[in-house]
Order: sequence, then structure tokens, then C-alpha cells
Amino acid sequence: MAYTQEQIASQMDAEPGRGGNMVLNLGPQHPSTHGVLRVKVELDGEQVVRSEPVIGYLHTGIEKTFEDLMYQQGCMLAPRADYVSPIINNLCWVLGVEKLLGIEVPKRTQYIRVLFAELSRIASHLVWLGTSAMDMGAMSPFFYTMQQRELILDLNEMAAGYRMNPSYFRVGGLMGDLPPGFPEKLYAFLDGFPHWLEEYHELLDRNPIWIERLQHTATISLEQALDYGWTGPLIRALGVPFDLRKTNPYSSYEDFDFDVPTETEGDVYARYNVRMREMGESLKIVRQAMDNMPGGPWRVADEKIYPPEKTEIRQSMEALIYHFKLFSEGFMVPPGDVFSAVEGPKGVLGCYVVSEGSSRPNRVHIRGPSFYNLQALPAMIKGGMLADIVAAIGSLDIVLGEVDR
Amino acid sequence: MNEILDALREAFGEKVAVAHRIGQTALTLPKDAIVDVVRFLKEHGFSILLDITGVDHLERDPRFDVVYHLYHLQLHDLVRLVVPVGGEQPELPSVTQLFAAANWAEREIYDLFGITFSGHPDLRRIMMPDDWIGHPLRKDYPLTGLGPLPPLVRE
Amino acid sequence: MATVDDDQSVLFTSVKKLSAWARSNSLWPAQFGLACCAIEMMATAASRFDLSRFGAEVMRASPRQADVMIVAGRVCQKMAPVVRELYDQMPEPKWVIAMGACASCGGVFANYAVVQGVDRVVPVDIYIPGCPPSPEGLIEGVMRLQKKIREGGRPVLPLMTPATEVAEA
Repeated sequence: MAYTQEQIASQMDAEPGRGGNMVLNLGPQHPSTHGVLRVKVELDGEQVVRSEPVIGYLHTGIEKTFEDLMYQQGCMLAPRADYVSPIINNLCWVLGVEKLLGIEVPKRTQYIRVLFAELSRIASHLVWLGTSAMDMGAMSPFFYTMQQRELILDLNEMAAGYRMNPSYFRVGGLMGDLPPGFPEKLYAFLDGFPHWLEEYHELLDRNPIWIERLQHTATISLEQALDYGWTGPLIRALGVPFDLRKTNPYSSYEDFDFDVPTETEGDVYARYNVRMREMGESLKIVRQAMDNMPGGPWRVADEKIYPPEKTEIRQSMEALIYHFKLFSEGFMVPPGDVFSAVEGPKGVLGCYVVSEGSSRPNRVHIRGPSFYNLQALPAMIKGGMLADIVAAIGSLDIVLGEVDR
Repeated sequence: MNEILDALREAFGEKVAVAHRIGQTALTLPKDAIVDVVRFLKEHGFSILLDITGVDHLERDPRFDVVYHLYHLQLHDLVRLVVPVGGEQPELPSVTQLFAAANWAEREIYDLFGITFSGHPDLRRIMMPDDWIGHPLRKDYPLTGLGPLPPLVRE
Repeated sequence: MATVDDDQSVLFTSVKKLSAWARSNSLWPAQFGLACCAIEMMATAASRFDLSRFGAEVMRASPRQADVMIVAGRVCQKMAPVVRELYDQMPEPKWVIAMGACASCGGVFANYAVVQGVDRVVPVDIYIPGCPPSPEGLIEGVMRLQKKIREGGRPVLPLMTPATEVAEA
């Protein structure tokens, strides 16, 4: 929206022209805000004096809609919160409900979930790399990264039948087993990707503009970062090796051998390096998951939670009843509350589920890491140059879908 | 973890009820103790405030729960604080002076549940437009909103 | 056709048709993403699907330089006035594509926060189904819009045309 200087100034309680300061409005429609973020900035020349992010332009009411749907239907809703890594949101939700139900899915399911979660992490980092490089004026990396992301989306489509928000994980299992031909396609991707990772480094690492604009930009201290509740790659770029996959393993992450990359500088360049190395680590996990894929069932045996096979429904009266009950009423979840936390590409992704014993949740809250990471933006850009705001927002890797929910 | 809980019991006595639910530690405490308990936990190493949110139990008295999650970076453990609040205008003290992360989270609860936080530096709506009526995540707020749909725009 | 002498041949058409043809093949969308669909819109513009084959890849950061608004994602109550203002800033002639279920009708989010279809805020020319639509879907939508511009009309066409009409075309 077009605001006059006075309007923005009055909202920020600043006087226009005070000491020559200028008030500038970025967004909500702005090419570098990664969605509909609005930032009000007070500038002295080109230096940022104060700033204030304004959010809520993508408030979708997901949490209210969750209360209206059955638990299994929530698998469709969760991915639409953070749509850049939808499968990890899906994982967070199903783990929460499974904890409330007190069930554990078979090992094979856990491995397949790890496999897809890590692919999704790579895809998310690729989107971040492409768009943040584009913000810095480098157009080509975008085309390189999106091309590899397409291969991951192809794998999603192969397994779940849908490219972007596949909802492949269900409470008590998966949508279906891995399709025939999947391992070959996955290995083809795994063999090809390291070359492309190298290529991305080649495109950017020796680019003087890239280095100049990223190094020593948008730093904050570790105390501040903890104060703002930073997690994920952002805090790992400050030297804290905090990764839920290592510290509180879920879905069999303890079986996998991988490192948690850290840097110490805490600037935009360190965040870039952490994410780039994370992609390599995720690749390792995916390969291990596929190599050591256990056999056996891909769903829980309990037909009161996961519907029976279609062929069975046609032959067994009992199966038909279960099927009908599951799709008309859903399964009941014992009363209680649980906070399920997973390591998302942006930080700790949490899902707080409160059940009152019915087939619909009483309250669902998604702890979007971006929501907490974004709060630190004014501290990051204070005293910096106007152009660094773009670098700072890019390095936060926010998704407005999970900021506003 | 158990040592911290023991120290907590010693410091606050009967005020704080400790429970373990599905492998997670949950503390229930009255609203006047929240700032002290959060400060106590922060001093004992719970250095990240992961999340604050609200829950509306429509028929219960007090009606709302405000739920805090804190994380300990060395022990790798999570603690949940549940603070029941109720009354005409539910209110509880803000923890923004302890954790800057609480700022937006408390604004969100104010916006969506109508629970106010005393001592918050800037308590305004954050998700909904400033002139919005009602608090959408309350159970008595209809899912599809209060007003009728606007007409279609053809040209 | 190989026998036509380019230097000697003359083309007869009306200015209206010529301008419609030119317009339809150089659509400049506003670079304006809202939610999930925006990521698919990015994918459509990127290397694999390459929207520039249809002359619609020049994403403009300012609405004043754009003539198509692709509403990619859910439009929320707080965002609706902004969308309207962006639309008002675009120069005539202008068109709107509602990409995805949320922009078309609210989609899965039948709740207080989401505007139930962007056609309650701005007039829409093309609706694309899907949550989110695949890039092929968006390309199909752009091509439908091009066809519509060439034909000169503005009636709201559904994206799904009966098979008989496709055969006639």
C-alpha cells in the first residue's frame, strides 16, 4: 500500500525530517522480502537507524482450521504452513499425533520418513540459495538451483503423486510404500548432486561482490541470538552445535552418521557456509537411508488408526467397518498434550497438540522457527546500510507462511 | 534435570505442580509466579524460550491456558509451563524483560485470544488488521468469521 | 509456404487484431508471490518449465510496469486492500490470473482469515485449479489468457473446456 511519509512516521512515532532522517516502507509487495513481509525503516542517509518488521499479511488461520479437521486430515494442512519444506512440517505433525496415540511406526516407515525429510531439507536450502543469490544481484544460481530442486520434486511425485505439498506421511505410516523404480531414480539424483553442489560453490565462492556483501554483514551476538530464540542454521553459524536430530533424535535419526556443521563468525557468510555444508550432510543421510532400508511393513498393523487395504475392504466386513469409521468419524486420540519438535531447515519446528479425547484436536499450535528468527531483524540491521537489509532478510531464510500461519 | 526440579520445588514449594506427560515435563503454576519461575529456569540453563501459546478450554474455569516451552541447551531437555488464566479480562505478567523472543509471541496471543500481558512494551495486534473485531482463536468465535462475504468484483 | 517471397508479400489485418496479437505474446506479470503457489510460479519461470517460451517471463517488481497480475496464493484479510491497490496501480489493459484453489475460492482455508476467492477484491480472467497447480497448469492458464486476449473479450472462462470445443479449436 502506498503510505505517505507522515503516515509511516506516525506509526513508528518518529518525526519525519527529524535530524534529516527519512522513513521508508519496504513491502508487503517487494521483490526481496520473500513473500509479504513489510519492514518500516528509519534511515539517516543510507544508514539504518531503526526498523520494524510488520507481519500478518499472510495470516491464514491454519490453527483454527486444524481444530475443525480430523487428525488424519491435518496431514494435508500442516505442509501448507512452511511450503518450502512441506514434508518436514508433515513429519512434525504426524510425530505429535503418534506420541499422543502412543504408537510407534515400523522401522521401514521411519527410514522412509528420514529420507524424504532430508530431501526436503535440500530442496528448501536450494530455494534459499537461489532466491538469496538473486537478491544480491546474481541471477544465474537461481536457474541452477531450481533445476536440481525439480529432481527432488520428481521423487516426491513418484512416491506420493504430488509435486510440492505431497502429504506423504500419514498418522500411523505413509500414503503407500516406495514405488518400484524409486531407488534407481534416487541414486541417479544422489550421484549427480555433488557435482552441482560444487558448481554452486564455483558460481559464488570466488565472486568478490558476493563475499564483500556477505562477510561481516548483519551479525548479532550469541546472547542476543539466544534471547530472540534463534535455532537452526542461524545459531549454528554462531558456533552452537544445536541440532535436534543429534540432541533429541526422532524417527531413527540416531541410526545415521552425519555431522552438524558450525561456523563461528555469525555473519551472513557463515550462515551461507553452514547451509551449503548441511546440504552435503543431508545427502549423506539420504544415501544411508536408502542403502540400509529395512524391509517389512510401512504402516502400523492397527486398523483402527490406519485404514485397511482396499482389496481387503471388498472381502471383509470388519475391514469395511473400520474403513467407514475412519473416514466418517476418524480415530479417537486420548486426552493430553504434547510438543513435538523436529529440526526443520530453518530451525526448531514445533507442533503443540492438545487433545480432549475426541477425533479432532482441541488446539494445534505450530512453532514456526521463522517467526522467532525474524524478530531479531531490527537488531541485525541496526547501524548497517540500507542494501544490507536485503542480505539480512535473505540470510534469515524466512517463510511467511510459517511466520503468520 | 531432576536436580533443577528439586531446586525449583525448594524455591517455590507448593505453588508449582510438576507432572510428566508422554516423556515431557510439565509444570503448572499460578500466574503471579510465572516471571519468577521463568527467571529461575533461565538462571539454571534453560536458555531458549522456544514458544509461547494459548489454549482455550471454553467450559473450564479458568478458561485459558498460556503455555510456555523452554529448552536447555546442555541437558537437551524441554520443560513446559502451563499457566491457567481466566476472568472477564484475562491478564498475566509479561516475560519480555527476560526473553526478547516473548515479544511477538505475547502479541500474537493478545491478538488471537484477547489475553493481555502487563508490562509488555508494545501490546498491539500483530496478525489481524488493527481494526479487527474479536479474537479469532477463541472457541466462541465462528470458524468462518463474523461478517458476511463481500460481493464478487466483475469488472 | 516455402514459395512465399518475403520481400514482396503484404499482410492484411486490422490494427485491433495486430495489437491484440502483440499484447498476448508479451505479457509482463507483476512479480508478486503470496504463498505456496508463488514457489510453483518461481519453478515455472525457472529453467525446466521456462515461461519465457510463451513471452510471459518478464516479471516486473513494480505493478506500474506489469499488465498481468498472477495472484499466487491465499489472499488474507490484511492483504486484500494491498492487492486491490496493486491492481489499481497497473496500467490498462490489465488481466488477472487467480492461481490455485486459495486464490480462486479460498481453497482448504474456509476460515475467517482468508478472502474466499480473490474475485471478491479484483476481477479475475482465468482461474487455475490445483493446490498448488503444477507449472504446466500455470502455463496452460497463461496460454488461455493469450487466447482470450487475441479474441478480444473479457468473459470469465473456466479453465476446463469441454472436449468438443477443444476439438473444434
